[in-house]
Amino acid sequence: MAAPTLTDAPAQASWHEVVRATLKSNDVKLVVYVPDRVFTPLIKAIHDDPFFTTFAATREEEALGIVTGAWMGGMRAAVLMQTSGFATIPNALASLVVPSQVPALIFVSERGTLGEFNLGQAMVCKTMRPVLNSLGVETHTITRQDELAFIIDRSIKQAVATQAPVTFILSPLLTGGKVFAQ
Amino acid sequence: MSTSAHNAKVMNRFELTKRLVGHLKHDEAVIGGIGNANFDLWASGQRPQNFYMLGSMGLTIPIALGVAIAQPKRHVIALEGDGSLLMQLGCLSTVAMLAPKNLTMVLWDNGIYQITGNQPTASAATADLVAIARGSGLAKSAWAADEDEFERLFAEALKGGPTLIAARIDHKPAVGATDRDPVQIRERFMRGIGGKR
Repeated sequence: MAAPTLTDAPAQASWHEVVRATLKSNDVKLVVYVPDRVFTPLIKAIHDDPFFTTFAATREEEALGIVTGAWMGGMRAAVLMQTSGFATIPNALASLVVPSQVPALIFVSERGTLGEFNLGQAMVCKTMRPVLNSLGVETHTITRQDELAFIIDRSIKQAVATQAPVTFILSPLLTGGKVFAQ
Repeated sequence: MSTSAHNAKVMNRFELTKRLVGHLKHDEAVIGGIGNANFDLWASGQRPQNFYMLGSMGLTIPIALGVAIAQPKRHVIALEGDGSLLMQLGCLSTVAMLAPKNLTMVLWDNGIYQITGNQPTASAATADLVAIARGSGLAKSAWAADEDEFERLFAEALKGGPTLIAARIDHKPAVGATDRDPVQIRERFMRGIGGKR
């Protein structure tokens, strides 16, 4: 199956260029993030593209609240966070996003696996998929660049059509992850 | 705007909610915070532009901010309690950073976690939430001295913000209670503000 045609990503684009272009081609105008080292080039690319409104929230659940409001106001919106930040949002998911049927687009930079050097990150990573599974949130772990645009593009369309949130876990296999500074 | 917390009159949330709603002439969106802020908003009349939170304590102002970003021509009002705001103080900094002109935050400060059994909040004795808001960068933050000043501050806020208006309120329970159907509440609100056709 062919990947979707992206509006302005070069043919050999980096993972973050593909994510930016796929958000744009799906009219996702608002991106609220809590910073993450691995996501830095994505955050920079989104800041540099005037199509987007983007800024940092102080907490991940705050970002989910903002995204929920924007969706209700007619604007598609995504949140970016790190694995440890995901651990702060189960209440916002379970008592707002999921029961209200809000297609929040949640991008998680995966820490805690494939070479993690911080035990705290490794432990919190183990909580993420069980939480998503128990809430029935559509979740994709993306490891391959050639599947990236297809998964995100189709899943955004599904989220909007079915009024349900979706989580994209961007694996270190895709992004390179964060490596221990020797 | 020089009234301090300790000399602001103690008012009633439902009475002030009714006065506030009386100023809404342009289909302004109102986000009611979880619990009694919600319940008194519901009891004041169920406008299609009202959103009632059923959980996610602390996210009233973030939700209102999201609506304000998506619809810059519509004024958005957040009704939040002191306990809820204390849970998510960072959102004041985010609002100040973005400075949306179409956002007004109303704080009902009764000094207690009323719905869970009247336990005291930090704002009952020590924390001054207007001072915290100002320190977060929200210059237009004020205690309402009495009902008339509350209305005057609110009318002024509708002309352009962001503004935070705090009211000391009594411990009387809310007058009503919301329905608890989140999909219906969200659908009605979206259609009420044209977020969905």
